[in-house]
Amino acid sequence: MSESVVSEIKRKYMHKLAQANKRIDGRSFNEYRPLRIETGIIKKAEGSAKVELGNTKILVGIKLEQGEPYPDTPDSGVLTTNAELIPMASPEFEAGPPDENAIELARVVDRGIRETEVIDLEKLCIEPGEKVWIVFIDIHVLDYDGNLFDASSLAAIAALLTAKVPNERFDMGEDEPLPIKNDPPISCTFVKYGGVIAVDPCLEEEIIAEARLTVATDKDGNIRAMQKGLSGSFTIDEVRKIIKAAVDNGARIRKILNESTGRENGKEN
Amino acid sequence: MSKKPEDLKLIDENGRRIDGRKPDELRPVKIKAGPLYRADGSCYIEWGNNKILAAVYGPKETLPRHEQHPLKAIVNARYNMASFSVEERKRPGPDRRSIEISKVVGEALEHIILVEKLPRATIDINIEVLDADAGTRCAGLTAAAVALADAGIPMRDIPVACSAGKVDGQVVLDLCKEEDNYGEADMPVAIAPRKKEILLLQMDGHLTPQEFDEALELAIKGCEIVSKLQKEALLEKYIKEVGRENE
Repeated sequence: MSESVVSEIKRKYMHKLAQANKRIDGRSFNEYRPLRIETGIIKKAEGSAKVELGNTKILVGIKLEQGEPYPDTPDSGVLTTNAELIPMASPEFEAGPPDENAIELARVVDRGIRETEVIDLEKLCIEPGEKVWIVFIDIHVLDYDGNLFDASSLAAIAALLTAKVPNERFDMGEDEPLPIKNDPPISCTFVKYGGVIAVDPCLEEEIIAEARLTVATDKDGNIRAMQKGLSGSFTIDEVRKIIKAAVDNGARIRKILNESTGRENGKEN
Repeated sequence: MSKKPEDLKLIDENGRRIDGRKPDELRPVKIKAGPLYRADGSCYIEWGNNKILAAVYGPKETLPRHEQHPLKAIVNARYNMASFSVEERKRPGPDRRSIEISKVVGEALEHIILVEKLPRATIDINIEVLDADAGTRCAGLTAAAVALADAGIPMRDIPVACSAGKVDGQVVLDLCKEEDNYGEADMPVAIAPRKKEILLLQMDGHLTPQEFDEALELAIKGCEIVSKLQKEALLEKYIKEVGRENE
């Protein structure tokens, strides 16, 4: 997502700001942008959430359909994640099939949800080997101002936590909440530029970043997933600092997530 | 237009429609100008249960260069439905229906843009249907018009669209999902309200010439109501911005 260019003069200005302990949008280096999560906004979807992280806006919709299970997991539902970087969100995004950036985004979000077993896929089996629920997570990026990873995983998780199984539409009785197994991980992304480390990069910071690290933590403050990106490097001390900041920020973000999805203390409502 | 179930009544004995509206009543319409940060102009519209975002990028240089028009700007409209906006998940990407809608909406808007003032340029219009409930092309065009104005694109007027049709033998304004599925006719209309020029006109179903006159008049009446809301939305955004500057 770094096809955008920041002029050399702006890059130098941002490095100068960094030396004076300042960021281009006035935040401190450990400060997340204002976060708003809204759920249940799309009537036609089985679950939906809109996440606004500063100027970045993501909409995720969940649809459930019935289909055949994979042969190696005949009694498990199927999870599919898809991301669309639609041209509405940025002048650099183009219409057409998902490019490598959209695929990377979808896979990182998918991995977090799949590996933590947020959804109880075994409860989504209708007839073993024949018919199971297929859960589609569709990520729609509406407005791009950096940090799509955090905003998209959060929107996907909020949409899943408030989604329902549309039994009624398939004449199978009443709708019921989507079965949730484990507490979701919260991902927190950091970038390094000009010798400083900044949480939740805005677009300009993302463009000039030398290295990126995403850390997902669970509700007990343990690490669940990490992903380093870009060609720069981190020192061991920097990674330790990032992990600590990810735990702190993760707890704050989890609180907002629980409030907006009606889950208290991580328990199902 | 599908076959209507025998016992389904779209208009009751008091002349009320299936969602409680009178024949000439619009669904609630809410318009917000400029909700997006990156786009040059944008608009969010809620029209009944439809939720639609429109974004405009441009005018910008047409690339590749051999596609430039030496005398006018190229208007590219893209109507797209989110895969979760409909009952049964839609496969992402354009289908034949959205390609057709993109074309007619783009042509309607091009007429009102002063394209001759912007040679070699491109104006991209994106319409994203987030939640669909009949009448998305009208709501989408209405939102796109506000987004164009928000982007400062020179225009002769602010286009607006609304549909009229026929259900249970009665001409009605702004069809909802059930009426669209089981009604006898649906006719989306877009106009330039100042001179009442017709920019988009489609119809499917069955109307007598008298019913057509009645439906067109009704659709234009609907357009005029929505046109006021478009202008209010734009005013609200810019009054706020000016207010902030004066603080």
